Amino acid sequence: MGRFVRLAETDRPPVSLEIDGTMVTALAGDTVQVAILTNGFALRESEFGDGLRAGFCLMAACQDCWVWTVEGERLRGCSTEVAAGMRIVTKGSTWQIEPS
Amino acid sequence: MADRTVLIVGAGPAGTRAAERVAAAGLRPVVVDEAAANGGQIYRRQPAGFRRPAQTLYGFESGKAVAVHGAFAALGDRIDYRPLTLVWHLWESEAHLLTGTTASRQQYDALILATGATDRIMPLPGWTLPGVFSLGAAQIALKAQGCAIGSRVVLLGTGPLLPLVAYQYARAGATVAAVLDTSTLGAAIRALPALAARPGMLAKGLYYTAWLLKAGIPFHRGITPTAIEGTDGVAAIRYRTADGIERQVACDAIGLGYGLRSETQLADLARCDFAFDAVARQWLPATDADGRTSTPGVYLAGDGARILGADAAEIAGKLAACAALQDLGIAVPDAEMAAYRAALAPMDRFRVGLDTAYPWPAHFAAGLPDTAVVCRCECITAGDIRDVAREKGAPEVNRAKAFSRLGMGRCQGRMCGAAGAEVLADALGVRLEEVGRLRGQGPVKPLPLATGIAP
Amino acid sequence: MSTPVAADVIVVGGGIMGAATAFFLRQRGVKVVLLERGLVGQQASGTNFGNVRRQGRFLPQVPLANRSRGIWGRLNELLGEDAEFIATGHVRVCFRDEEVGGLEAHAAAVREYGLDLEILSGNALRDRFPFLAPGAVAGSFSPLDGHANPRLAAPAFGRAALRAGATVVENADVVGIEKTGDDFLVETVGAGSYRAPVVQISAGVWGGVLSARFGEPVPIVARGPQMGVTEPMPYRITPVVGVYSSVPEEGIYFRQVKRGNIVWGGGWRGPALPDIQRAYVDPMNTLRQLPMLRRVAPALGALRTIRTWSGIEGYLPDDIPIMGPSGKVPGLFYAFGFCGHGFQLGPGVGDVMAELIATGTTSTPIAPFSITRFATP
Repeated sequence: MGRFVRLAETDRPPVSLEIDGTMVTALAGDTVQVAILTNGFALRESEFGDGLRAGFCLMAACQDCWVWTVEGERLRGCSTEVAAGMRIVTKGSTWQIEPS
Repeated sequence: MADRTVLIVGAGPAGTRAAERVAAAGLRPVVVDEAAANGGQIYRRQPAGFRRPAQTLYGFESGKAVAVHGAFAALGDRIDYRPLTLVWHLWESEAHLLTGTTASRQQYDALILATGATDRIMPLPGWTLPGVFSLGAAQIALKAQGCAIGSRVVLLGTGPLLPLVAYQYARAGATVAAVLDTSTLGAAIRALPALAARPGMLAKGLYYTAWLLKAGIPFHRGITPTAIEGTDGVAAIRYRTADGIERQVACDAIGLGYGLRSETQLADLARCDFAFDAVARQWLPATDADGRTSTPGVYLAGDGARILGADAAEIAGKLAACAALQDLGIAVPDAEMAAYRAALAPMDRFRVGLDTAYPWPAHFAAGLPDTAVVCRCECITAGDIRDVAREKGAPEVNRAKAFSRLGMGRCQGRMCGAAGAEVLADALGVRLEEVGRLRGQGPVKPLPLATGIAP
Repeated sequence: MSTPVAADVIVVGGGIMGAATAFFLRQRGVKVVLLERGLVGQQASGTNFGNVRRQGRFLPQVPLANRSRGIWGRLNELLGEDAEFIATGHVRVCFRDEEVGGLEAHAAAVREYGLDLEILSGNALRDRFPFLAPGAVAGSFSPLDGHANPRLAAPAFGRAALRAGATVVENADVVGIEKTGDDFLVETVGAGSYRAPVVQISAGVWGGVLSARFGEPVPIVARGPQMGVTEPMPYRITPVVGVYSSVPEEGIYFRQVKRGNIVWGGGWRGPALPDIQRAYVDPMNTLRQLPMLRRVAPALGALRTIRTWSGIEGYLPDDIPIMGPSGKVPGLFYAFGFCGHGFQLGPGVGDVMAELIATGTTSTPIAPFSITRFATP
């Protein structure tokens, strides 16, 4: 269940990834944004306390769809293709300031 | 001459035709494009493994899309194509490129900017809620990913894209709860003489609108949106009808847009002169008829110069390429350039017609509540802008930015710049052109701090 | 020509130096006109890093920096506006064993001036500042230093001066200054003319043009700081961080604002074009700064830069400003050319210059900054 509704191209191979600790299924060729929003309702929290965000322009212009991975990497949701094994975090950040 | 480098930024219709024309002159242009595949946004390709035919993806425009894609493919090795690459800055006749986290530089003798456009946005309360996307985004979700942005979609705003996206959504099986158009039928009729410059375009618009009416999709003109309701996502839109009646439509997604605005950051970083365009109500890089800017060796083509649409972009791409070649000392037939100029003339008339028919609702800026977010990156409200205008005396947008952080976020004012300037001008009681324009600053898009310089 | 507006003092240049001087002159009841070519605080004062740092300064400047720090601490009540000053502390770190001695020597020296620094090394350094890279050898921590918002501070002084009764004229391009009899006559383009027995030149890099008209040329050059800022992150890096190194390019500095963005600069300077009032960031400089930032705090490598900018700063060959009375013209004062380190000093400079102009003397030593050091015999 998610925000985006698939209307076509649904016979692509599935891709498994983790979102907020839960394994979900997306389809090969999905963007990270589509992978998240077909499995949920938001991508991230606004830094300034004004609630959830789900991206806006889908064309790499508005920069509103950056998400974190568990590993502390940043991905722009609308322009990054989903890959099996991705571990996405949509709540808070995974930024660690201590050098590993 | 073959050693002269023509750098083309963007691989949409303008960039494709520019590359084709430069290659035809025997040069091997460098084509840099942010996307994984050519086509730009209008003729955006679906990812590998998707199977819908061009007719499904591009409708009436499928012939043109296929032609542009084919032209690009036919260029093959005759161009140096760099997909997934961002031009993040320009400096002393070099483009600074970024691919992943690797930075490199590309010298150029001529630079053709075919950077396209994004939706022009007028905010309203609630527009940052999950489920509100730009109108262009709604189209891309369907075209490039086979998705609708929600299960009950309202399309809001004005412009040719509005009925088109509604039509495409409905045809694809999405539920379109309503099409809410801020423009009026009267305006459309007033614009008819100018719109008649491109009868084909006019006919398509009428077709989509008629189809939507026949399909029973609520289509309301002359509305004024009031607010988007919801807590963790869109639940409804409130608006006033042309007769002043308050209405509400339940929905879980909204596609929002009022025409397009040119992407001009690179022209700014190339230090091109800008001039206020009264039709677009946007500061645009000044060009001659062929796309030459005030900076020698820098040319503009397509919607990044002014919003003329994809057909015009193809012509402008060829024309800018001719201008660049000519300036590099390569012979170009006068008749060829004259033909392109002649073909562009009705497009310019049409542009004025479009703005008459689908006016940017500048006056909504004055009506935005103080609490409405204008800059979604930095969460800066209309009230914040009014405060710096009135209390801190910001007379122009860069000063308002310095004081309020308007336009200081990740998108560098792409989404909020147009509306923010309107709010500021209204608060100051001056004309829009008097508040100036946000100065471009590198990087054009966010630059990873992990970036390393290519060896 | 209309009759010139008369005042006690005309301040030419509305950066933080001029705006603060105008404000403090009003505190002393002096009738002052502040003339700014563009908008107050728009050039170097508004585009700098925002460092409120005392450690690492030229020693004879520390008393002035101390006086300024005192004002920063009560700036909001003084001006009635928030310039976002926070005393986060400032840490200067080094990455070479042989550099530790330099930090220690500086700490001993500034103690004489009442500035107490804490030297930390090894694990103690990283325990205190966990974001530092393992290669950081030692750090000098100045707990009462911090940072403020340069976009807000000088304009806040300008508005406070206005509220306190100063005449503040923006978009007033000064095209003529001459002394006739006891008064200076200052003419602008489109913003009238002014006369007063005292003039202060606080016009940044453009101050050199004006001082030359009074027979006091200075070898000032324009350069632009190379600034950048990241997207907002959770607020986790409290102090201002700077690198102490014998290699100038390693001299990077950064700070995180409470909203979360990390602002940085240092290492390189870029071209500045005073004639068109623009300064640029050379993108190669940005690229060169990135590994220097990661060297200090590897966690910065996960972030993105969203904007870069520069401004026009005036540098003198000995890297210290020009401040104090003219050596040639009675009634003429200077406060310009702060060599990229003037922001912290701004409030103190304004206070000292106001004291000097109003009383003829100042309790804070400024003799090393006299323009007479460039006088040709």
